[in-house]
Amino acid sequence: MSTDPGAAGATGAAPGVVGSSGARGARTAASLGLPDAGPPRFASLDAVRQGLGGVGYLADESISGVVYLADRLSKPVLVEGPAGTGKTQLAKSVAELAGARLIRLQCYEGLDESKALYEWNYRKQLLRIQAGGPGEIESGGRDGERRGPTWKELEEDIFSEEFLLARPLLEAIRSTDPVVLLIDEVDRVELETEALLLEILSEYQVSIPELGTVRATRLPMVFLTSNNTRELSEALKRRCLYLHIDYPDLDRERAIVRARVPGITEELADQVARIVRSLRTLELRKAPSVSETLDWARTLVILGTETIDAAGARDTLHILLKYQVDIERAAKELLSVS
Amino acid sequence: MLDLLSGFVTELRRAGLPVSLTEHLDAADAVHHIPLEDREALKYALAATLVKSSTHWRAFETAFEVFFAVRTGGPGEAGADAEDDELGQDADGAAGTGGTRGRGRSPNGAGGSEGMTPEELAEMLFKSLLSADAAMMNVVARGAVDRYAGMEPGRPVGGTYYLYRTLRNLDLDAVLAKLMDQARAGAVGAGLTDLEERLAADEYKARIEKFRRAVETEIRRRLVEDRGAEALARSVRKPLPEDIDVMHATRDELAVLHRVLHPLSRKLAVRLARKRRHGRKGPLDFRATMRRSLSTGGVPIEPRFRHPRPAKPEIFVIADISGSVASFARFTLHLVYAISSQFSKVRSFVFVDGIDEVTRFFEGVADPAEAVARINLEADVIWVDGHSDYGHALTEFHRRWGDEVTSRSSILLLGDARNNYHASQSWVVEDLQRKARHVFWLNPEPRDYWGSGDSIVGEYAAHCDDVVECRTLRQLEHFVGNLA
Ligand SMILES: Nc1ncnc2c1ncn2[C@@H]1O[C@H](COP(=O)(O)OP(=O)(O)OP(=O)(O)O)[C@@H](O)[C@H]1O
Ligand SMILES: [Mg+2]
Repeated sequence: MSTDPGAAGATGAAPGVVGSSGARGARTAASLGLPDAGPPRFASLDAVRQGLGGVGYLADESISGVVYLADRLSKPVLVEGPAGTGKTQLAKSVAELAGARLIRLQCYEGLDESKALYEWNYRKQLLRIQAGGPGEIESGGRDGERRGPTWKELEEDIFSEEFLLARPLLEAIRSTDPVVLLIDEVDRVELETEALLLEILSEYQVSIPELGTVRATRLPMVFLTSNNTRELSEALKRRCLYLHIDYPDLDRERAIVRARVPGITEELADQVARIVRSLRTLELRKAPSVSETLDWARTLVILGTETIDAAGARDTLHILLKYQVDIERAAKELLSVS
Repeated sequence: MLDLLSGFVTELRRAGLPVSLTEHLDAADAVHHIPLEDREALKYALAATLVKSSTHWRAFETAFEVFFAVRTGGPGEAGADAEDDELGQDADGAAGTGGTRGRGRSPNGAGGSEGMTPEELAEMLFKSLLSADAAMMNVVARGAVDRYAGMEPGRPVGGTYYLYRTLRNLDLDAVLAKLMDQARAGAVGAGLTDLEERLAADEYKARIEKFRRAVETEIRRRLVEDRGAEALARSVRKPLPEDIDVMHATRDELAVLHRVLHPLSRKLAVRLARKRRHGRKGPLDFRATMRRSLSTGGVPIEPRFRHPRPAKPEIFVIADISGSVASFARFTLHLVYAISSQFSKVRSFVFVDGIDEVTRFFEGVADPAEAVARINLEADVIWVDGHSDYGHALTEFHRRWGDEVTSRSSILLLGDARNNYHASQSWVVEDLQRKARHVFWLNPEPRDYWGSGDSIVGEYAAHCDDVVECRTLRQLEHFVGNLA
């Protein structure tokens, strides 16, 4: 790992990257004192869109556009939208497309620095101290003289790499191979932790008092998802590109079904997408999400359905809708058998 | 381009979006990276850098349509058409209700639709919808605006009226009916099942909506040509959802509000919960700490804490749901829902001239709308004539529940205090303030109107800890934020 301050390309981006049109804009990562953004990951807007399609993620114009810009501008993406619309999957698919390792920080209430960034392995340190007999540490002891390590030596030893537990943020920053960092459901953390995230996403470095400063050698791509249970801070939003993923339109949903449900016929996929679209126009407690569409489509395939009729849809409606009142309403409005 | 962008950012700020300097610079950076002629890409680049909340999307889109309007017959438009065409082909590829698609590109350019008779227009509209031909829809939209909108240069309007005139003449309901007839005629065997019928109707409605947007775009484009982007932007500007005045919202605005309300009440609920659990750690739990330390050789390196004892706040919400505050009442009820899903002890009451406890309606329901609907149906709030009588309602509250208010209770009164010149009975509030921890009043009227006409909020204000103006979601959120 790179702990040498200044080791990580703070002195300028790779030649030929800055300045020319079509390359990074005037305010490049380097000019802001950030780690090297590296060469662009994607050649063009179309390359992103098609590439995502190639790894089974059906993006629309805005999704692929924002991913492309995130790379070019070296900015994190904040993704919001209803549950089950592919926010998490987007980060995974981008990682796959970019040939990068996905590092995921799952947020929850109470998440703190020690779980997000790093912590010292106290237990292991303690055991080390207890076992800390002579000879166990290669110390500068005089020839033939056996003695226990001095406190200073011991301290240096137990605050070394070996006793460090790297959590996702640190792991992403010090990784030398390409990574995509996913900070999932960021709206769940408290404000202090959000401030920590912001700091990391502004500097891409972590200082560990006992070890020194760890800098990213290359800016990772970062995705944050939020289910919008609370307003995130203005500062964090300013730092990010914003992407709202809504339910897909008919064409995209059909394509998602075809890509994700093996063995489904074109006709069935079309019907599934149409019915789901119509269901979403009803006033439901919870509209079906893409994951539910997919579950339903898989079920229909397993059942050997060729075309969906009202009765068949009704029998499987509980896969699509989670509330009894919704099921009843849908059955009444859409699926009455006449 | 950068000048245009500056004008655009200024407009967004005027519309209430909080666009910072950094974001403006980011947007300028972003446009370097996208092909200039790709209008869709431009839109998403600007959205991603300038708009950080989905509730602001509409305002953004409106401004974008104005500032980056499609030019007539120019290369920009050809680009847009080509891309719509692609979508059309996707739709075409699928088997379904679509029918056959018109082959070949429709005549394009400004002249293509000139001088069409109403019959020709209607025929072409029908065909374009039947075949989901986006290019043809655009041509029809232009022709229809030519013929029906009756646009007059220089008038400072936003275009809604022109849209209305154009669509009325096209009678889209009748077109939908005709499309459905065609679908039925084309069905094999016993005609369409109910399900097929519904799916076909939804498909055609989606296409009609697309056409409607094409007409809107065309009208905007002409208005921009006529008066310039900035002037038009001013006419079409609408308040953000969080700034809509709930008392005087139009039907459209109410629909917008309704959509943001559910997430909002959820958000409020979460916020309340979080604040309440603040300072999560309780006192040190000595035994658990020692037990835990066994695995580390008796060294207590991981202290354990007791869970804090949850506080038991008790809230009485008393809300006016009379006609004068009907839309406000809806919001307050959502607010009550948010509060009651988080605090164990929330008692809620609604009144007009009579008063009823409605706590039970909020218990165990997952959807605020459902609780609101039941309250409107079932709560017993009419005493004499169904016109607000705060005095009577408060006296009744005091008689039936007054004894249950204690020093642990907070009281929220919600209403405009327009009392139809009945007696205020403000002694009730005075007495409640004496007993309770807090008494707050939320008033949905602008502060300037307080005390005018039959508003007697002043008489109650004397006995409240605070009286707050609460006309918008923003104010509501602000109040709740301070409350918890
Ligand atoms: N555009 C898409 N292309 C392919 N698959 C998709 C797409 N969108 C969603 N899916 C599939 O839908 C499912 C749900 O997606 P995902 O878990 O990413 O949703 P989410 O938005 O993160 O939901 P939540 O808010 O519940 O976390 C996954 O199985 C994913 O593969
Ligand atoms: Mg997710």
